[in-house]
Amino acid sequence: MTTPVAPALPTPATGGSREAPVRRRRARPSPSERRERNAALRFISPWIVGFVVFTAWPILYSAYLSLTDYDVINDPTFVGLDNYREMAQDPKVALSLWNTLVYTVVQVPLYTVVALALALLLNQAARSAGFFRTAFFIPKMTPPVAVGVLLLLLFNGQYGIVNEVLSWVGIQGPSWTTDQDWIKPGLVLISLWTVGSAVIILLAALRNVPNDLYDAARVDGAGFWRRTRAVTVPMISGALFFVVVINTIAGFQMFTEAYSAYFGAGNSTYRNDAALFCVIYLFQEGFQELHMGYASALAWLLFVVIMLVTVVQLVVSRRLVYYEGEQR
Amino acid sequence: MTTAPSFPRPAVSGAGAATDPAAGTPETLGPPPPARPAPSARGPRRRWLRAVVLAALVLATVAFVYPLLWLLSASFKPRAEVFDNRLVPRTFTLDNYVTVWQEAPLALWLGNTVVVTVLAAGLVTVSSALVAWGFAFFRFRGRGPLFGLVLATMMLPGAVTMIPTFLIWNQLGLVGTNVPLWAGNLFASAFYVFLLRQFFLGLPREPFEAARLDGANNWQMFWRIAVPLCRPALVLTFLFEAQASWTDLMRPLIYLQDSSTFTIPRGLKALIDQFGPGGESQWEVVVTASVITTLPMILLFFLGQRHFVEGVATTGSKG
Repeated sequence: MTTPVAPALPTPATGGSREAPVRRRRARPSPSERRERNAALRFISPWIVGFVVFTAWPILYSAYLSLTDYDVINDPTFVGLDNYREMAQDPKVALSLWNTLVYTVVQVPLYTVVALALALLLNQAARSAGFFRTAFFIPKMTPPVAVGVLLLLLFNGQYGIVNEVLSWVGIQGPSWTTDQDWIKPGLVLISLWTVGSAVIILLAALRNVPNDLYDAARVDGAGFWRRTRAVTVPMISGALFFVVVINTIAGFQMFTEAYSAYFGAGNSTYRNDAALFCVIYLFQEGFQELHMGYASALAWLLFVVIMLVTVVQLVVSRRLVYYEGEQR
Repeated sequence: MTTAPSFPRPAVSGAGAATDPAAGTPETLGPPPPARPAPSARGPRRRWLRAVVLAALVLATVAFVYPLLWLLSASFKPRAEVFDNRLVPRTFTLDNYVTVWQEAPLALWLGNTVVVTVLAAGLVTVSSALVAWGFAFFRFRGRGPLFGLVLATMMLPGAVTMIPTFLIWNQLGLVGTNVPLWAGNLFASAFYVFLLRQFFLGLPREPFEAARLDGANNWQMFWRIAVPLCRPALVLTFLFEAQASWTDLMRPLIYLQDSSTFTIPRGLKALIDQFGPGGESQWEVVVTASVITTLPMILLFFLGQRHFVEGVATTGSKG
């Protein structure tokens, strides 16, 4: 049930009307309609069972748990809104929210711009695009745990290659992995290493931009930047928006890279405040401290934050994003 | 739950892109690549500009590939030289692999991961194909809203269901086994349902009408006609989930306690704790284990390269 690539955006649920013309609403389905419906439901049944057991019930139950104290061993005891009150005063909640917010706000724009830049470059490369595209995508295959290892090694303040390269141009690099101020920037930078899938998505969109738009822009005397700003970006705004939304949701749920690099199992001797993200704190509370009720409340907080941000993005996108279908 | 935000979208664009799922070249996802004989349209016209583009691409490639080469190279170095940043080890040694093999039950971990990965990817492919077919082929009242619900579940952050899901498996006494890592995949996954449905919608209707006249039942039409026609999409689903499953750390962290049940990323995390920062600082062990964790994924990529690259491009164009 994990999605490797971030989930695609919901489309209007009208997909089915492709071939069926306008359907008459009938009070009672005919026998053939009923047969067809039953056949369909048989095929769909795995999802229905999964939805009830692994989505609907967990949502309701986690809402209930968030109002209780529960340690898995003893029965949950109802405590009302205590968990939420506790959350408001818990400095770690504020800290993890702050960390997550800072990370996402910096990571998403940077990631999108880098992906766009690389996609534009690839779009210029004629025959060799395939080779480079492969090269860009390979890091995406690296398990996030190993990405965490690479972060610790490549960004090592003393011996890391990153600081070595920086020293070639006379910059003394920071202690990326130990200095509290540089831990999040390090995590952002290593996340750019796995930008490949976004590059591929944007490149596919770039290739869909009709050439005559560029020709027209050229005739009007538009230079490269002007063409990029006035033609390319609007034409691929749908794909850009997709990359932004998916990355925002992923950013808010940042876990594995930071956890593998900065948090130990059980006896966390090197617990690191600068890398304490929401999901990491949730994980610690839920599965290490067995504060299941409190962790459920944290999950709901995160859920609400993600939803708010996504809704804002959707509203903004209505004004900014152009979809090809709109004109037809 | 959120209401699925509606996205204006050309009604059949997804289906259109998938009309010919068998077509292999990466270019099929866009319009035909800009005609090369007329470089005026896209390629830079001046030679120096082309050189700059190429140089930038090469530089980016180095940045993307170098860390993996660094890792591979470091795994062949003795402890003192791990950090020397040389691409070719000064002293070449296989000791690290021997050490890792002795320190950790790697064969066991790899075996566990293969089992989990194959089960997870296989099950999700089959179940998602069934569900996608149910949404693509049949017409019934309430199909639209129901499919909207499928899509809405994709927006749900995993964190919300994480704890109750754990409690379900705990109740069933399966925490500590690898069952929770794959059994959920019996019930399809919204993302793949969405993806596969797009492919199914792109199939022509005629062969099915013909088969129906020949007396084929729904199952036969699915299994004998639809599935073979959509093989590339099914392979894609399998590969995507195989990667997700192999690389997953969070669920193994939650569900596995005994080191003999670990998957390889979970094992790697244990090795980081033991040998990494805060531990014994034997980085060569961590490096080598990282290589062993990563290599199968690189292999998987080269086996299914076309599918990965095309598949990722498709997920974007259908948003």
